[in-house]
Amino acid sequence: MKRRLFLALLLVGIMPVDLFAQTPEEKGLAIAMETDSRDAGFGNYIADMTMILMNRYGDKSIREVRMKILEVPGDGDKSMNIFDKPRDVKGTVVLTFSHGLKPDEQWIYLPALKRVKRISSGNKSGPFMGSEFAYEDIGSWEVKKYTYRYLRDDVLNGNDCFVVENTPAYKYSGYSRQTEWVDKTIHQPRQIVFYDRKGALLKTLTFNGYRQYLGQYWRADEMLMVNHQTGKSTRLLWKNYRFRTGLSSRDFTRNSMKRMR
Amino acid sequence: MFLKLKKLFYISFFLGICLSVQAGEWSGYIAGESRYFPESPLSANQYDDFNLSLSAQPEYRHEWDDGYQTFTFVPFVRLDQHDSERRHFDIRELTWLKAAEDWELRVGFRKLFWGVTESQHLVDIINQTDLVDHPDSEEKLGQPMINLALIRDWGTVDFFILPGFRERTFPGSEGRLLSGGIPIDIDQTRYESGAKEKHVDWAVRWEHSLGDWDIGLSHFSGTSREPRFLPGTDGAGRFVLIPFYEQVDQTGFDLQITKEDMLWKLEMISRKDQDGRFTALTGGLEYTFVGVFETDANVGVLAEYLFDDRHDNAATPFEDDFMLGMRLALNDVQSTDLLVGGIFDLDSSASFYFIEASRRLGENWKLSLEAYIYADMPRDDLAYGFRNEDFLQLELAWFF
Repeated sequence: MKRRLFLALLLVGIMPVDLFAQTPEEKGLAIAMETDSRDAGFGNYIADMTMILMNRYGDKSIREVRMKILEVPGDGDKSMNIFDKPRDVKGTVVLTFSHGLKPDEQWIYLPALKRVKRISSGNKSGPFMGSEFAYEDIGSWEVKKYTYRYLRDDVLNGNDCFVVENTPAYKYSGYSRQTEWVDKTIHQPRQIVFYDRKGALLKTLTFNGYRQYLGQYWRADEMLMVNHQTGKSTRLLWKNYRFRTGLSSRDFTRNSMKRMR
Repeated sequence: MFLKLKKLFYISFFLGICLSVQAGEWSGYIAGESRYFPESPLSANQYDDFNLSLSAQPEYRHEWDDGYQTFTFVPFVRLDQHDSERRHFDIRELTWLKAAEDWELRVGFRKLFWGVTESQHLVDIINQTDLVDHPDSEEKLGQPMINLALIRDWGTVDFFILPGFRERTFPGSEGRLLSGGIPIDIDQTRYESGAKEKHVDWAVRWEHSLGDWDIGLSHFSGTSREPRFLPGTDGAGRFVLIPFYEQVDQTGFDLQITKEDMLWKLEMISRKDQDGRFTALTGGLEYTFVGVFETDANVGVLAEYLFDDRHDNAATPFEDDFMLGMRLALNDVQSTDLLVGGIFDLDSSASFYFIEASRRLGENWKLSLEAYIYADMPRDDLAYGFRNEDFLQLELAWFF
């Protein structure tokens, strides 16, 4: 009984209501948990992603990837990325079982050799397909992957936001910290600023064109990552979001990788 | 042989016409390849210096039933300047797939891969090697099969019925990379089984991922993909080698343990052939350094030990050898990759070095450079016949 009461108090304590005085860490965590709980229960979805890589001279390179995501209650999501462009990697499939702080499990299917390879998931900070997005930026977001600290309230492009500092709690991150603007209304990120391992400003990610699906889940149509150190940028365009398409864990196996295209 | 090729070609031509009016999707590549052999061949019939070659591998894919049924057709064709055996045609894939909740059925010509190691692929036995295409044994011929996969919580079990055997391809008498320059006469091919190439083989495989462990256990029973060579003469009375395919039973085990940036790999086989039973294994590791020298580049170090308990009687030069390699991935926009390494015989001076590099050009082109060097081959080494076959290969491929 006493324990229940304690739990109830704890829950009240992390609600985003200022009934009790919260430390900045408690408030930061509460904001993250609210984002998580509002996005929970989507089940699964499919989306098409186009990446436009641009160097500082304006030269463009295109990548096209189809993504399938399966929500796993109590653990990280399962995802499957199917590559269509560039053409020389067409048919390559990457399967990821993400876990909070435990290392993710990851396999790659190489269509030329018909080979499924288990790969190391230690490469968090490396670029995803030569883009300005690192693997850790593309992977599934879980509350326990970071520690949080609420900084202030701010208005960004007319949107009321919480500004929260996220510090990666997982190993091998390329970031010392991130500053995130979380929209107070839709509880999704509007902007994230990344600082490298030495603490220097590295990249800014902005989210545009949020749309709501199934009356609950917000997804951005466009994400722009600008690298301040190199002048390169990557624009991500999302299309054809389809939620609850009937995917199950059987569609996220080593075997199913071989039949994806 | 010629008739069979002709039949394959006509089937493909007919399919190509039928499919071009269908609703599926075509992709694939066309590649130009140039090889340079700095040393003279061992036989006067073989070409010297340069060779040019052109290959194409289109791929047709049609999906229906929400992607739970697919039809795939992948023909392959190569034209070659000097080697008439290398001018060849194959159906790499011609498969119908039906996938359900917990089973998948595949019927037709297909390629697949089993195993985890890099230096050699002992466990991988289903597909015949297209050796004339590339001496690295990574190119495979399509294998006719009926394959049922049962997907369970305790792993996946694949059953295979393999009707129809494909003979290994070899360079022609005027081609290079022919051991000792001695022609291989595929018109006189012999088999242990009375059914010859019509012998129906079977195989079964279980594979499962348990946390950090990826495990595979397989068994194959049928015609060996690896021929022995019998000395003989051809119609013109020339000395030739005649491929002989015996019946074998091979049990294979493969394991990879993934510990963050370290991969531990092991492949083991036990094969029963005419001479009895032998064991061979490949085991080693691959460690990746992520983001070296504060760049985006990864450097991987590979080390594998290759063993065969037939020792010097083994039908492979890798009976007690060590492979050391380094993989560099720049992780740049052009996906620049480099693999360099060597395989060293621990009992003799024989060693083999390789370089494989590739880089995408623009959006749809890829340039690959490869070099293979057979160094200090002693007379009693199985690779002695390759002592003059060092070569450099440059390939430019266009993907569509």
